[in-house]
Amino acid sequence: MTSASINSGGRVFAVALALAGWFVKFVAVVLVIATFNFILVHAAPGDPAQVIAGQSGASDEKLLAQLRAEYGLDKPYPIQLANYLKRVVTLDLGYSYRQQRTVASLILERLPATLLLTATAFTLALLSGIILGTLAGVRAGKWSDTLLTIVSLLLYATPVFWLGLMLVLLFSVQLDWLPAFGYVTIGVPMTTLQRMGDIGMHLILPAVSLAAVYLAIYTRLMRSSVLDVTHQDFIKTAKAKGLKQGRIIIRHILRNAMLPIVTVAGMQAGALVGGAVVIETVFAWPGLGRLIYDALLQRDYPVLLGVFLVMSVIVIALNLLTDTIYRVIDPRVSVRAAS
Amino acid sequence: MNRREFAKLMGVSAVALSGIPLGITRAAGQTKGGTLNTIIQPEPPILVTALNQQQPTLTLGGKIYESLLRYSPDLKPMPGIAQSWEVSPDGLTYTFKLFPGITFHDGKPLTSEDVAFSMTKMLPETHARARAIYSRIDKAETPDPLTVIFKMKAPFAPFLTALDCTTGPIVPKHIYDGSDFRKNPANAQAIGSGPFKLKEWVKGSHVHLVRHEGYYRKDEPYLDEVIYRIIPDAASRSLALEQGKIQLTQWNDIEFYDVVRLSKLPNYEMTTKGYEYFAPHQWLELNNRVKPMDDKRFRQAIAHALDLKSMAQRVYFGMPKIATGPVSSKTRFYEKDVKRYDYSLEKAKALLDEMGLKPGADGKRVTLKYLIPPYGEVYQRAGEFIRQTLGRVGIDIQLENTDVGGWADKFSNWDYEMTGNLVYQYGDPALGVSRTYISSNIKKGILFSNTAGYSNPEVDKLFDEAASATDDTRRQELYSKVQKILVEDVPVIWMFEAAYPTFIDKRLKNVTSTGVGVHESFSSVSFG
Repeated sequence: MTSASINSGGRVFAVALALAGWFVKFVAVVLVIATFNFILVHAAPGDPAQVIAGQSGASDEKLLAQLRAEYGLDKPYPIQLANYLKRVVTLDLGYSYRQQRTVASLILERLPATLLLTATAFTLALLSGIILGTLAGVRAGKWSDTLLTIVSLLLYATPVFWLGLMLVLLFSVQLDWLPAFGYVTIGVPMTTLQRMGDIGMHLILPAVSLAAVYLAIYTRLMRSSVLDVTHQDFIKTAKAKGLKQGRIIIRHILRNAMLPIVTVAGMQAGALVGGAVVIETVFAWPGLGRLIYDALLQRDYPVLLGVFLVMSVIVIALNLLTDTIYRVIDPRVSVRAAS
Repeated sequence: MNRREFAKLMGVSAVALSGIPLGITRAAGQTKGGTLNTIIQPEPPILVTALNQQQPTLTLGGKIYESLLRYSPDLKPMPGIAQSWEVSPDGLTYTFKLFPGITFHDGKPLTSEDVAFSMTKMLPETHARARAIYSRIDKAETPDPLTVIFKMKAPFAPFLTALDCTTGPIVPKHIYDGSDFRKNPANAQAIGSGPFKLKEWVKGSHVHLVRHEGYYRKDEPYLDEVIYRIIPDAASRSLALEQGKIQLTQWNDIEFYDVVRLSKLPNYEMTTKGYEYFAPHQWLELNNRVKPMDDKRFRQAIAHALDLKSMAQRVYFGMPKIATGPVSSKTRFYEKDVKRYDYSLEKAKALLDEMGLKPGADGKRVTLKYLIPPYGEVYQRAGEFIRQTLGRVGIDIQLENTDVGGWADKFSNWDYEMTGNLVYQYGDPALGVSRTYISSNIKKGILFSNTAGYSNPEVDKLFDEAASATDDTRRQELYSKVQKILVEDVPVIWMFEAAYPTFIDKRLKNVTSTGVGVHESFSSVSFG
């Protein structure tokens, strides 16, 4: 523990140094990822010209040559890679010739829908996971714990697309409470408030389906973490001091039991940005996951590389956020240690 | 409690949830107004059919771009934007008279100049299939705004069959002339002259088309709007149909295993009509360069060993018709009097024995790889069926999976042993059939060429002569002859005349009234 001995000026310097170091690492990691993405994407057999021919039912030499020239695929790989890295450094995500749009505009168009879906699902999963896991943990061995354990294991084992379809069958087909797919009702004039409500109704089923698996993970994790902490000496001390059960849970158990959750959640938050392909497909949700999936099948390299890059930046940023949250929850983790 | 009440309970205003008002008013004869909700999948990259010919692009673009002619289900030409046409006796001059008053979506008139530009300048540059046909035009003349005359380099009989909206979409000359066609910024707006124009395209969600007020046909289009929803999941698409959220499905929207169940829905009619112009022909492609598939007897043995009747039932739920040869029975010049390969394991085994291909200790005579075409779940099942059925005569099949990019790459570069193929015929053997069998079309790297590598000088000669003969009787004679030779040689194993289930809301009229079906303009489609 050195932080106590550093004066406030030294502390600012330490933080600045940490940030600078972090930024250098960030740029290096992004460039390595970009290069790796490029190689990976081009290693897949076939190219966009062949895909277009394969889906058009007709092809000839001229078409392939035209498309390859247009996509810049007629140049040797090292030159293509150099051009790509040059664009990455200048923050230019490129242009999708296939869709005749800039990659940035394609991503920006899809990002809100994805963030809305994944952030909702993530929050839902995290909050309920922590609450349910804590409940199960403090009542370990009782029937409510057993029930929660069974339910969370069931959710964990359920394929997400199946769960989504079953929810649709129940809430859309049988009960007719919620829309089955899409993100907004099309072709109806709406006020902003009506539109928000409409999107909210469309959001419920996909968000709940997506949250289910993560919810199960957080519940399980929280339960074991709570159990772990409950047997520590400082909890006995707190009990001996005569603190109320509720205060012990919130101040002492929760705060300490949260750390593993934050680690896992931090890792998963990154995956949530691009990891909702299945749910987006089942619910026809116009998010980023489907953009990636389609781009992969179409070998739309600029879009693929663009999305990968944006996602890696988000993942790195979320890791930074996780580190920060660590420090808030657990003061023992210092700036220097975290950097 | 229904959706409206539930929404109220949740504190959400239910106004937006009341469903899409159809807004139908009854006019004389057909009903005017209404919104047609349907599906498009996968999502097309752009909507300009002159630049991209993927199936979803053509389905959607058919509403936006029109061509000179339309075709009846038996492939007779009908007026498109051309109200009449004449062919000179020598088959070299085609004269088309356009309907008066045709306008593009930007309000500018469509004239013979636009037709000449599209068919002799733009399409030969951007559209692979159109290039092969329209590059035969020597020159186009436009004596007045409503007349266009094409002089051919040499007689090409199928020309009059190649003027549909998927082959010859007319684009505005004032937008494209002198520009880099593929990079033209106007591509996003997709300006055509069709009955519907693009209002909004929310990527990943829907494409919203509205009626083109300046459409030249009286009272048409009847519909106010067509909304193509992008629903990528097959189960969700079936559900949308069951819930009545959509009034029409096409092509592969509904998986075969759902067809029987959904056909029982009272509000829909299921039809396989409306694909006559394309007549998608499905076969087992054999790489004729790979032993023992270079031997005619081996290919004949496979033709005997494949139990197509069961396959049609088990895999395709009784939808497709069994193909008898290279030409679909829906295409012109079909010859039904050809050799038939009945399902007989004995005949297959006898042929294999005759070749000296005896079964080994494990019962296997030969092992071949089958590259499963990546066009949907049903191809996987078809592959499994083929493996089972050929296994019975000792032909061991190993299944390989891939995606479209991988399939196209391997297949077109001849890096395959067996695969499935499905090729459109476009109404005339010279347009969609000969390309698979003629030697001059053996082209590495090119899909839908003669990928099997079959080569027979007599077949080449017959196809060549039939394409330029102008007399239909003579053409029939030549095509009958070539079909007989091909069926004897079985360069590929023809399996089915593919059928697609089109579910149509019973209130809808005229959806599949032409041979171009769901790709058609929908100008005459109406609710009741």
